[in-house]
Amino acid sequence: MRRTSPRLTIGLIILAVFIILGGILPFLSPEDPRDWIRHPRNLPPSAEHFLGTTNLGQDTFWLLSYATQNSLFIGVFVAFFATLIGVFAGLAAGFLGGSADRVITLFADVFIVVPSLPILILMSSLLQGRASLLLISIILILFNWPWPARQMRSIALSMRERQFVNTARFSGSGTVQILAEEIVPHIFSWAMANFVNTVLVAIATESGLAVIGLSSLEEATLGTMIYWALQHQALLGQRWWWIGSPVFAIIVLFICLFLLSTGIASRSAERRGHGDA
Amino acid sequence: MQFAKFVVTRLIAYVLVIWIGITVVFFVPRFMPTDPVEAMLGRIMTRGAYMEAEQVEAMRATLTQAFGLEGTLMEQYFGFMQRIFVTREFGPSLSMFPTPVNELIGRALPWTLGLLLSSTIIAWILGNAIGLLAGYRSRWLSSRTLEIIAIFVYPIPYYITALILIILFIHINPIFPLFFSIRGDPPSLEFISSVIYNSILPAASIVIVGFGWWVLSMKALSSSISEEDFVYFAKLKGAGEGRIMTAYVLRNAILPQVTVLALQIGTIFNGALITEILFGYPGLGTMTYNAVLQADYNLLMGTITISIIAVATSTLIIDLLYPVFDPRIRQR
Repeated sequence: MRRTSPRLTIGLIILAVFIILGGILPFLSPEDPRDWIRHPRNLPPSAEHFLGTTNLGQDTFWLLSYATQNSLFIGVFVAFFATLIGVFAGLAAGFLGGSADRVITLFADVFIVVPSLPILILMSSLLQGRASLLLISIILILFNWPWPARQMRSIALSMRERQFVNTARFSGSGTVQILAEEIVPHIFSWAMANFVNTVLVAIATESGLAVIGLSSLEEATLGTMIYWALQHQALLGQRWWWIGSPVFAIIVLFICLFLLSTGIASRSAERRGHGDA
Repeated sequence: MQFAKFVVTRLIAYVLVIWIGITVVFFVPRFMPTDPVEAMLGRIMTRGAYMEAEQVEAMRATLTQAFGLEGTLMEQYFGFMQRIFVTREFGPSLSMFPTPVNELIGRALPWTLGLLLSSTIIAWILGNAIGLLAGYRSRWLSSRTLEIIAIFVYPIPYYITALILIILFIHINPIFPLFFSIRGDPPSLEFISSVIYNSILPAASIVIVGFGWWVLSMKALSSSISEEDFVYFAKLKGAGEGRIMTAYVLRNAILPQVTVLALQIGTIFNGALITEILFGYPGLGTMTYNAVLQADYNLLMGTITISIIAVATSTLIIDLLYPVFDPRIRQR
């Protein structure tokens, strides 16, 4: 009997809540929550407005669901491509070796050290708050592929010498076949853990940029919600519902993603421990 | 031999990091869909400054020169590199004309380095010490409680921690000042105490997040090393608990922690930039932010270039400290 990991269970439950909030609710919204002055301003929470309204006359709850959708989209988009590129670059480095390995490792190390935020700030400042979420995502992919690549490379290096790979090779499988049949299943759960972790990093970076007003100001993300709240003195005016909603959402979302990624990682480690030890 | 090879590879990587980082900075304004000069002009105009047509033309020429947009792409690139590596001049600040950008950065850099170094070192030492204890005594209730707290603290980004601290300790309980204010002159006691008083919250937001990570990773490392045969052997040999923990477990667990610290400097720096802006802390982050708001391109290029060099240099220093912890590289 394998016991279910509490981390995974809790993580999945919270994730389900966020998928409902960001994936389904925005389509049911009675209004475009970005519109200003649709409702009376600065209302406290009530039956009509779950989380009250903002100083700009927006419904905080619908705005939050809309922002969650955009933030999740950025996270998933960046994580998908960064993990994909990283896994292939890392596998190539590990299996090909030689100069391909050196070049890939070097680039990975460089992009890990170069701080991404100053470059994003430079870019956004030139686009004057009109940087599209797509452009920001592309820069984030550029800075996030090296982590999976490094890890994948070391996995590939160790795997090159493993028994089951040699067995497959001696029984006449080609390299592509070995990759597809033996190695991909082996690294799949690891790549999943990395994917979830990159979702977290991407959302965190975009929100960070947004909090200081340098992401796309025309779109609502969890970060731009905090930015508008700060700009309109939600803190001095003690309008905790407005500033608190996105802050709370980010905290819960990140704890959930972290629980998921460590949960997946430790479960696959356990399975490997029983498997080919 | 091993040591020489180690130093040389690190130095090559260091030069490459700076070179590639600066190259990216060079190409970003040139591959934007908008014209950087017009974008900056637009920013200056929207700030409400009224300008005559000739003044606009003069400003356009100054900006074209500031961006180094004259000549072919190759010429521009070499001119750009020369300005950064040979003359080390970023020109005058456009918003605080005619103060040189170098002087402004010289004023801000010690603040950022002070905040970043002190909070990273505190978080690293404290987190690793507690993580070591928790990993070595992994069955204690306090160890497990600590791990759960760390799991809930670590994933939260710096600026959220900073915002929560601002809400709790500036707005709800006004213990700390709303605006960053320094009293007295540098060597005096008044100056030092006001710097510490003003820096506690920004530093705390960086320490709290970093602390969570070091506790988690150190606990995982030390609890697995504690189960190794050589630790068991040391116990049979009758070595004291304290000695086993430091000389056997810590010596081995600390190596990956140094490597990870070197890899994380860039991430920590990103976080510190936003933390600075939220608190109005007078370092590179706030200066970069003001440069963006005031369309001060010279200053922006200066702070961004210095950020990349500062992060690369800190990483190099940590890398070069590695042999202190690892005798295998030192002695061969």
